[in-house]
Amino acid sequence: MIGFLIRRLLQAAIVVLIVTVIVFALLRSIPGNVAVAILGPSAYRNPATLAQFNAQYGFDKPWYSQYLLWLGHLLQGNLGFSWTLDQSVASLLGQRLPKTVILVGFSTIIALIVAIPIGVWQAVRRNKPVDYGFTGLSFLFYAAPTFFVGTVLILVFSVKLGWFGPEAPQGGIVNDLTDWRDLTLPVITLALVTIALFSRYMRSSVLDNITEDYVRTARAKGASGRRVLWRHVMRNSLIPIATLLGLSIPGILSGALITESVFNYPGMGYLFFQSAQKQDYPTLLGFIIVVAIATVVGSLVADILYAVLDPRVRYA
Amino acid sequence: MTATAAPSAPGTPGAPQGAPAALPETKPRGMFLRGLEVFLENKLAVIGVVLLAAIFIFCFIGPFFYHTNQVTVNLANENLPPGPGNPLGTDQNGYDILGRLMVGGQISLEVGLAAAVIATVLGTLWGAIAGYFGGVTDAIMMRLVDALLAIPTLFLALVVVSIFPPTESELILVIALTSWLTTSRLIRGEALTLRVRDYVQAMRVMGGGSARAVFRHIAPNAIGTIVVNATFQVADAILLVVALSYLGLGIRPPQTDWGGMLNAGINSVYDGYWWQIFPAGIAIILVVIAINFIGDALRDSFEVRLQRR
Repeated sequence: MIGFLIRRLLQAAIVVLIVTVIVFALLRSIPGNVAVAILGPSAYRNPATLAQFNAQYGFDKPWYSQYLLWLGHLLQGNLGFSWTLDQSVASLLGQRLPKTVILVGFSTIIALIVAIPIGVWQAVRRNKPVDYGFTGLSFLFYAAPTFFVGTVLILVFSVKLGWFGPEAPQGGIVNDLTDWRDLTLPVITLALVTIALFSRYMRSSVLDNITEDYVRTARAKGASGRRVLWRHVMRNSLIPIATLLGLSIPGILSGALITESVFNYPGMGYLFFQSAQKQDYPTLLGFIIVVAIATVVGSLVADILYAVLDPRVRYA
Repeated sequence: MTATAAPSAPGTPGAPQGAPAALPETKPRGMFLRGLEVFLENKLAVIGVVLLAAIFIFCFIGPFFYHTNQVTVNLANENLPPGPGNPLGTDQNGYDILGRLMVGGQISLEVGLAAAVIATVLGTLWGAIAGYFGGVTDAIMMRLVDALLAIPTLFLALVVVSIFPPTESELILVIALTSWLTTSRLIRGEALTLRVRDYVQAMRVMGGGSARAVFRHIAPNAIGTIVVNATFQVADAILLVVALSYLGLGIRPPQTDWGGMLNAGINSVYDGYWWQIFPAGIAIILVVIAINFIGDALRDSFEVRLQRR
């Protein structure tokens, strides 16, 4: 296990490094001139200003020195400075991250609470109307584009019924919690898709476990059907869900780009979208680094959780 | 990525009623027929195939019978509700929505299919080569996959598309290039187990080359995984185009796809023009559900084949 951990950590570091190279190369291949984008088109008439800007931010150096410069800053915890938003990338991410954690975190928790019982229920009532009904629903929400679901929810619950606000809370996280009526629709939109996914996994996981030998043993020893289901089958069936949770850690950081755009929610995903449109490289780079590290850590956590929860799994 | 495991396939297919069920078969049927049988017994799969065929006919043959102007803007006809002449109403540019659903569907389906094919070929080759050679080659190739997987697909596609605003064929390429990763992982896993099989070893001993191993043995034997994965790739690609269109980075006007129609409709849906989003939204849902039905059934069919090995 220790050897496995060390190897995985090394791999993870290499993967993150490759990510930085890929993203940096990609973003440097953008046509157009950063200096002009920042200073405005009139800068073309003023070559001295252009040169000064390029020298100040290192754009006059070849791309590999720019990369190394940026990587050096990164190692010191400096993610760079967003010119378009006039703020350091770290503080920008620091502002947006809590918002996204609230949105994605809440919807993930709701999804778990709803999806686990549904999955178990479906498995127990396999090929009965209940099972077909929920399977149909999960196919529906898996297939529906998120922004379509979000828009329909706004139309029904905000425009028609007036229960919840059509736009997410714009302030800090305290504002999120006090304006829970505005937060409801974005959270539900995201939760619906997640429930569709989680309940499918839970259903098939319970079905796999229900035929295992240990279930028959427990039944033979006289345990009631209910006890076997909730004490034995349920606990083992949660293992894939734990893995799924590990894999959704990056989602909690990267945010839900589409949902955030629909509800104008100032989280990480929306920040990324705006930065891509404005070609704000430092923000894009900082964002991708954070998400990539989260993804790599997330899959590592998923692997470890898997071994902890299922003693049959052994990593050599 | 999609939810796993369809309802399990019926266990004893195909015995004609009244015939003695235990009669041994005189001739073992081919694995293909056996798989096809399981596939056709899955009602959802048949529904999926019929639905998909109907949508293809609607999009590609429909315009020959239902003529509409989808090129020039006609503001005199803007935002008409469903009624005579415009069965599904018109949008904010005066385009007939039923007609637009057909031409938009053509692009959604073309992009989805083409991107899935390219992504599958690329992912299969990448994974098969990495898994077959193993060692350093495998480590380098798969770390690159890991690195690209660490960036969520939508984000990766978003960056590429905002750098190079794409035409339809470029959009296909972008989607293919951002979605072959999971395929390559799956195929690599298959290749790792296939390369130590006796028949591959035997071929090596007889002097067969690596290319032959990859193209003639590894890839064909992983066909189940490849086909099932490709099916889901089509659905994912269609949804990815839709998402990009929503962000304003999809197909350029006057061309459109279903995502573009949805995006355009959403701007005016709060004025009460509900008919501008529901047709495209429902079309997308139907296609993706149909493809998922087919994919699940294909997985069951190939599992039957595996059981017979």
